[in-house]
Amino acid sequence: MEQNAHTEHTHYDAEASKIGMWLFIFTELLLFGGLFIVYSVYRFMNPEAFHLAAHELNRTIGAINTILLLVSSMTIAMSTSTLQLKKKGATIGLLTVTIIIGIVFLVNKYFEWGVKFEHGIWPGSEHLLKDFSQGEILFFGLYFVMTGLHALHIIIGLVFILFALVRIQKGTINENRAALLENAGLYWHLVDLIWIFLFPLFYLIT
Amino acid sequence: MSEEKHHVVPYRVYVIILLALIALTFSSIEITRIELGAYTVAGALIFACIKSYLVLTYFMHLKYDKKYIVAMVVFVFALFLVVIIITFLDYLFR
Repeated sequence: MEQNAHTEHTHYDAEASKIGMWLFIFTELLLFGGLFIVYSVYRFMNPEAFHLAAHELNRTIGAINTILLLVSSMTIAMSTSTLQLKKKGATIGLLTVTIIIGIVFLVNKYFEWGVKFEHGIWPGSEHLLKDFSQGEILFFGLYFVMTGLHALHIIIGLVFILFALVRIQKGTINENRAALLENAGLYWHLVDLIWIFLFPLFYLIT
Repeated sequence: MSEEKHHVVPYRVYVIILLALIALTFSSIEITRIELGAYTVAGALIFACIKSYLVLTYFMHLKYDKKYIVAMVVFVFALFLVVIIITFLDYLFR
């Protein structure tokens, strides 16, 4: 019994952790996948309105946010290498950069949504319901839900990375127990992966 | 324990992949500027698929993982594809 309790305490299985994370990522992929199917059906039914409504979105901000996420994906991927090479300082530095880029992404999103609100466009707003066609209302509904849900994932990802960063500082994540950092990385890449599809579907269809 | 540690990916690989991803992003922006009609979305989506392949393979380490994880990921994407196809069969032929 005593031995059991002891092994349970130090139990560490990198491969099982990874499978668990992937299974969770699959549920996330199917969650967003469902929304992508809703998007493609409504787009199929209202092609002109979707083209028209997409003009309202700022392609430059979308492109900047895409580059930001790609760079942050690289920094967190690199941090898994630096951890293996026992460079604790570099690992913490790379994760800090990742977190800062994630926050900049959210600030951009804040201003982007702010402009929409200034134009009187938000889900259920009077201007949207009165002056826009059914298709455009659907486009903006999907835009706010999908980018909003994505932004929520960014926030969760940032907390996850911060958690990993603190554990690295303490030394409980190290080159022999790297699973938590690897999983934080997988989650952050998932967020990047979703944005890779959101960007062309909302910003590039004008 | 040491056998579970996958080999360390050199920084160079990550930098090259990042540059490729950024190049693909700009290409997808450029290709949607050209008037291709219905093919614009298809073009943008092809670029998005190539980008996600790079992210999955290199950033998410699938290239260095055991093959059954790759099989699981492929299965989920295939499942998603099947659902899309069935949905559109319904909308196109109802």
